[in-house]
Amino acid sequence: MSPWEIGRFALLGLLANKIRTALTMLGVLIGVGAVILLVAVGNGSSKSVQASIENLGTNLITVSHTAGGGRFGAAGRGSDLKDLTLDDAKALADPAQAPHVKSAAPVQSTSASVVYAAQSTTVNSVVGTTPDWFPTTNHQIARGVALSAADVDNARKVVVLGSTTVENAFGPEDPIDKQVLISGIPFRVVGVLATKGGGAQDTDDTVVMPVSTLRASLAGYGSLSQIAVQATSAADTDEAQAEITAVLNSRHKITSSAQTDYRIVNQESLLSANDETNRTFTVLLGAVAAISLLVGGIGITNIMLVTVAERTREIGIRKAIGAPRGAILGQFLAESTLLSVIGGALGVAAGLCAARFTVVGIEPVVVPSSVVAAFGVSVALGLFFGGYPAARAAALRPIEALRHE
Amino acid sequence: MSAPAPVVQVRGLTKEYGRGDAAVQALRGVDLTVAAGDFVAVMGSSGSGKSTLMNILGCLDTPTSGRYLLDGLDVGGLDEHQLSLVRNRRIGFVFQSFNLIPRTTALANVELPLAYAGVRARERRRRALAALDLVGLSERLHHRPNELSGGQQQRVAVARALVTAPAMLLADEPTGNLDSRSTAEILDIVSRLNASGRTVVVITHEDEVAARAKRVVRLVDGLVAEDRRQDAPWAVTA
Repeated sequence: MSPWEIGRFALLGLLANKIRTALTMLGVLIGVGAVILLVAVGNGSSKSVQASIENLGTNLITVSHTAGGGRFGAAGRGSDLKDLTLDDAKALADPAQAPHVKSAAPVQSTSASVVYAAQSTTVNSVVGTTPDWFPTTNHQIARGVALSAADVDNARKVVVLGSTTVENAFGPEDPIDKQVLISGIPFRVVGVLATKGGGAQDTDDTVVMPVSTLRASLAGYGSLSQIAVQATSAADTDEAQAEITAVLNSRHKITSSAQTDYRIVNQESLLSANDETNRTFTVLLGAVAAISLLVGGIGITNIMLVTVAERTREIGIRKAIGAPRGAILGQFLAESTLLSVIGGALGVAAGLCAARFTVVGIEPVVVPSSVVAAFGVSVALGLFFGGYPAARAAALRPIEALRHE
Repeated sequence: MSAPAPVVQVRGLTKEYGRGDAAVQALRGVDLTVAAGDFVAVMGSSGSGKSTLMNILGCLDTPTSGRYLLDGLDVGGLDEHQLSLVRNRRIGFVFQSFNLIPRTTALANVELPLAYAGVRARERRRRALAALDLVGLSERLHHRPNELSGGQQQRVAVARALVTAPAMLLADEPTGNLDSRSTAEILDIVSRLNASGRTVVVITHEDEVAARAKRVVRLVDGLVAEDRRQDAPWAVTA
């Protein structure tokens, strides 16, 4: 018998019991669809985190101060800890000392209320810095101007606002040259940052002002919270990091790693740490989905066993008129495989459709290999789980099969 | 008439079911020879072993002992695959309960044995149409079994049995489930097939069926009790 005919017999067999066939396919459909969708969700969340980190710039290195929080064993030596200073930032920006550092900007941050036209909003990220901050942290100016060196030198009360802050405080109004009260002190808005978007936290809800102004009016003269450093390229981050370590160690007179009073985080390591978390997450989701695919496969075995039992007499007839073992085996294998192929194909369609929608705030990104794998596994399931019932059918003795009522 | 090679040659056939004390001997040593072109009716009451004999002659079951040559071929030494080929090529079955494949058209049912034999689609269609024409069902090619009367179903079954041009047509109570008119139709067809040279073995307990045969073999308790030739006045009337 030609494969085409075996396929036709299988199709007829499936059509004979439409509801049963549809329900069995549904099992496979859900399994395949779940694998595709859940892997896509895992991948999507990983992609969005990655995108938001990349938004900050992959060659960005953050040096943060470890004092006060008691982190990393620094608590016991409180008085030994040296502050991160503006001079540290300047030293890091010096190409003679750190050739792989493109720019460095001091960051001192606090939170404050921002009031405009009697509307008050709280901004958690009020950043005091220098003009270098904008290129270093990959921030563009959408409207107005950035901070200038003169603003910093003269501690002018000017701010650049993040787009979310503008929206919250001004609504549709143009904020440029308007006056806002920050912690009760009047500031003039000179510019608005371009929207970065992405990420779990809204990085666009921010206020940027000269570090000198922040220190004079809002935060006082403690240690800087951070120094933002940009390496000359993403590939140079390791060298840049080594140079930063050398510069800061010599400036802070640190001789052993136990004395370290700062911490260096580069986006590359954040990315890879995130990647790992997300891979685990994706694998877990995929495993749950794979289990449902397995259950779908067991559904195939179950229904094929019922089919074989129901059609014992038909098998007997076929054997009596000369069907060889292989033809019977082929017929039932074809039926179960057809079940899984159609179910799998519908599952791929369903999974791809569902992946177009946002799922729990994550835009799924379909992984092509998961589609191929899920479909392939479903076809293999049909062969594997249909194999046992088909072998049972083929092994029936014609005389007994014919007597079956 | 010259003596053609016998289609069936059975020597000392026994069949035992069960073991030990519970063993039942269905056949106790049957000898039977059926020549080509013969029309044999195997008769007997229920329990006489006639169904067992039919199953063994049809290669659906194997004897406990004894020798069975079908068309000169010793069936005893064949494996399952070879037996399926023998059933396909050399035997045409007609069952009491028709045994058509459900949800499958008359034409497809008749084509099925040819499909298993690996005959090409075009040739298969041609031979199936000819066989259905022979049983007078050219008008019902695309009807499914549940759309056909009992008599029509049995005619499809006969067409299916003879489409592979088997050495022997083996019918097990072919009219057991039919009314008298359909019975006459089927018997006419079988008689006509025999008249055109087909070897026929019919298992039956109806005298009406046996009356068509050229030879009646009566089984009693697993042994041949009577084997007589008779004139078959009905055989060529159709």
